[in-house]
Amino acid sequence: MTSKKLSDEKPVGVIGAGNFGSAVANLLARQRNVLLYARDEKTINRILNKRENRGHKMKKNVTPINDLKQLAHECDILFPIVPSSHFRNMMRQVSPYLHPYHVLIHGTKGFDITLPKGQTIESVTKLSRNQVKTMSEVIREESVVVRVGCLAGPNLSKELAARHPAATVIASHFNEVISIGKRLLRNDRFQVYGNNDLVGVELAGVLKNIIAIASGALHGMGYGENARGLLISRGVVEMIHLGRALGGNTKAFLGLAGIGDLVTTSNSELSRNFQVGNKLAQGMTLKEILESMDEVAEGVNTVRIAKKCADYYRVRAPITNTLYQVLFEDLTVKQAISYLMRYPLNVDIDFLD
Amino acid sequence: MEVLEKKNKNKKYRPILDGIPDWPVYQLSRNRKEFIEEVAQKSVERIRQLRPNRKQLLDDLEATVYREQQRMKRNRWRVDPPDEQRFWAGIKEKLVELSNKPDDGSGAEDKLLQRIVTRYANEIAGNFKPSSYRLARSITTFWFNRLLNAARVKKFGAIFRNKYTLRDKIQIVGKVKQLRKLARLGTIVMVPTHFSNLDSILIGWVIHALGLPAFIYGAGLNLFNIKIFAYFMNSLGAYKVDRRKKNLPYLETLKMYSSLAIQKGAHSLFFPGGTRSRSGAIEKTLKLGLLSTAIEAQRNIYLNTSEGEEPRKIFIVPVTLNYHFVLEAPDLIEEYLSVKGQDRYLPEQDKYGSFQLLRFLIKFFGKGSNISVSIGRGLDVMGNYVNDEGDSLDAQGRVIKTRDYFVSNGYITIDKQREDEYTRMLSHRIVAEYHRINRVFASHLVAFVAFEMWQQKHPKLDLFGLLRLPEEDQVLEYAEFRQACKRVRKQIYRLKEQGKANHATHLKGKIDLVIRHGMENVGIFHLNRPLLFNKEGNIITQDLSLLYYYHNRLTGYDLEKVI
Repeated sequence: MTSKKLSDEKPVGVIGAGNFGSAVANLLARQRNVLLYARDEKTINRILNKRENRGHKMKKNVTPINDLKQLAHECDILFPIVPSSHFRNMMRQVSPYLHPYHVLIHGTKGFDITLPKGQTIESVTKLSRNQVKTMSEVIREESVVVRVGCLAGPNLSKELAARHPAATVIASHFNEVISIGKRLLRNDRFQVYGNNDLVGVELAGVLKNIIAIASGALHGMGYGENARGLLISRGVVEMIHLGRALGGNTKAFLGLAGIGDLVTTSNSELSRNFQVGNKLAQGMTLKEILESMDEVAEGVNTVRIAKKCADYYRVRAPITNTLYQVLFEDLTVKQAISYLMRYPLNVDIDFLD
Repeated sequence: MEVLEKKNKNKKYRPILDGIPDWPVYQLSRNRKEFIEEVAQKSVERIRQLRPNRKQLLDDLEATVYREQQRMKRNRWRVDPPDEQRFWAGIKEKLVELSNKPDDGSGAEDKLLQRIVTRYANEIAGNFKPSSYRLARSITTFWFNRLLNAARVKKFGAIFRNKYTLRDKIQIVGKVKQLRKLARLGTIVMVPTHFSNLDSILIGWVIHALGLPAFIYGAGLNLFNIKIFAYFMNSLGAYKVDRRKKNLPYLETLKMYSSLAIQKGAHSLFFPGGTRSRSGAIEKTLKLGLLSTAIEAQRNIYLNTSEGEEPRKIFIVPVTLNYHFVLEAPDLIEEYLSVKGQDRYLPEQDKYGSFQLLRFLIKFFGKGSNISVSIGRGLDVMGNYVNDEGDSLDAQGRVIKTRDYFVSNGYITIDKQREDEYTRMLSHRIVAEYHRINRVFASHLVAFVAFEMWQQKHPKLDLFGLLRLPEEDQVLEYAEFRQACKRVRKQIYRLKEQGKANHATHLKGKIDLVIRHGMENVGIFHLNRPLLFNKEGNIITQDLSLLYYYHNRLTGYDLEKVI
């Protein structure tokens, strides 16, 4: 293996100056110079002039830039962290400048979908794995980069910024990518674990957002910890069944990216997905909620996609299904809960054999 | 009535290198001794890297000796050298001595390893001889041509005619021109599908017919048990792969042999499926060992090429061999079923003998049963397509540098785990290419449709239940069968448009003729035919297992959904 001195001078790139992107940029900046790509000029100027972005105080060695070509040219290692709905587009823009020596570690917890011509996400009834892709699959499809990884786990941006103890998982088929991620992110307040089940970890990170919304809804109804405990444990089972149908292994869901992240987001008012559920329970409509938020809550789209996948693969997913009805049809949270409480299936653990 | 294959435009190809002395494989065999020494030397180094401490090494050597002695006891072959029992007894003695002594730093264990590895390297190494290559080549061509003309033109004396040549029987389609170009630009690693023992001879002839220099190729040692095969294989530059030996020193030596030969520019060929497809389906998983040597060789070439020099590129060329008939099909499917079904399936005894072999050859040359060989588009070691200049292309057609895949922090690095992953990715690409270039024959179509129809008529039966279907249920009405064939054929056309499959030209045209052609050819020379017409013109079978075998050729395309 090459020694450290070789190119520690090369900066690391972050694509996407959202909340999590900014937090990751600051984390990376403890080890290396960072180039932070932002789409709009305003963000760039704000970071340049005020050293501030989305509530994060940006470190001095984080340089905002607006040029993907330059970014790819100067950095061998990139962290794309943009909403899943823009991810493929972003990859198409940066792809001409990427080479097989690049390493991409993404931090986006959502699905990409490709619909048949003339269909919309509303009109399509079922979705198979041919249409639903994880971000690492999008990277592989759109670019020549093969050394791909993802960042997952309980990483609430605000707590990271405040340097509370936390940990993350880097998942990749390549040990090389995992060790790069460790070297760049690890510090005395931030632990980094490795996992080789890339798709499993991605799925865990994506699917947990469904349960986070549901948890917010319970909170909004004023229910307590018994209800939450029930939801989380049934939620894990549902995530595992869905995740397996989509190509992940059970193990990934039991780790930091699965249960770890699930417990965190299901308990935290800092989570956008939790907020969606919370506001739903208080009687706001989905449209009103989305308008009131400044960043995307990935979970909303995930519910829509996961429900249609569950239909295609015939997976039993009662929480996802009822949540779908609450979000996109006219079931109320109250009705949803009483439906779930009467749900006939009551085997505690059925995924270990 | 016979459905004619499109006029075969296969022309004769001029050799791309004039004299045999220019061939890399000849260079290799001329320096055989030095080469074997190099292989042994580097294998020892590699094994010491994998087993750095003395204890681990001795454990592995003990396991090796144990396994070798078990093999000699249980499973000796005609090709096995007579002195091997003595050799391994000697090694064992030495090993006992070493394990009882503490490490004295003399490196005695290295010497022991060296002895084993050198023996293996000698065993594996091919022995290409230009004289016997020429002879073998002319014998095959001559006798095949005689047989062909005698059988086709039914007149006395036709045996001396030259109206037909092998090129009329064996069609080579696909990226022939590109292959010839790439063979001049770099080193070819050809990876064909594997259905029959005859593949090895067939592919040897194909390489010659395309005007390419002889390839070195990994052939199963079992083939060398049959003398006539052994003669051909040796003269064609084959090296021997002994699948009974699974011990670490053997496997590392074998891989080193392949890797070094490729690095020296010898065009190579191996069957990445490892063994003949038992089920009749196109390989879905490949053996990664030999495949990884292509990637390792390419990395070493990049690593060892000094600046200013052009590194020699390695091109992976997938090839599918398409038959109406596989000689060993009854045995293969029996093996497959008995493994799959454990004791639920009771195979019947019905072996073919040498008489059948002869009958096969005469019939093969006499009837319109052709073989086609499709040459796939060249890939780099990462599975990217290359253009005719040998440049790797990404999905958008932009040129990529293959070297960059091995670069980390600006330098080429050796990372075993990374390359294992690359090997896995390459194997997926090769499998996808197999399906893409596979030529669907009419016989595959009818076998697939018939078997699936029986399956769908009896949805409650599992495979083994279905194979025991009572005879009175083994009839399909022609009209219904015809409709299903039409639908599946249409779907195959669609897959071809999407670049996911290919078909023979005879698949086109009137469906009745296509079905007839398929029925006449499917498993044509078996004693029990997989498909026949009965007196009423409906479809019956004489052997469901065989039908299942030929049907499997088209699994993996989701065609059953349109039946």
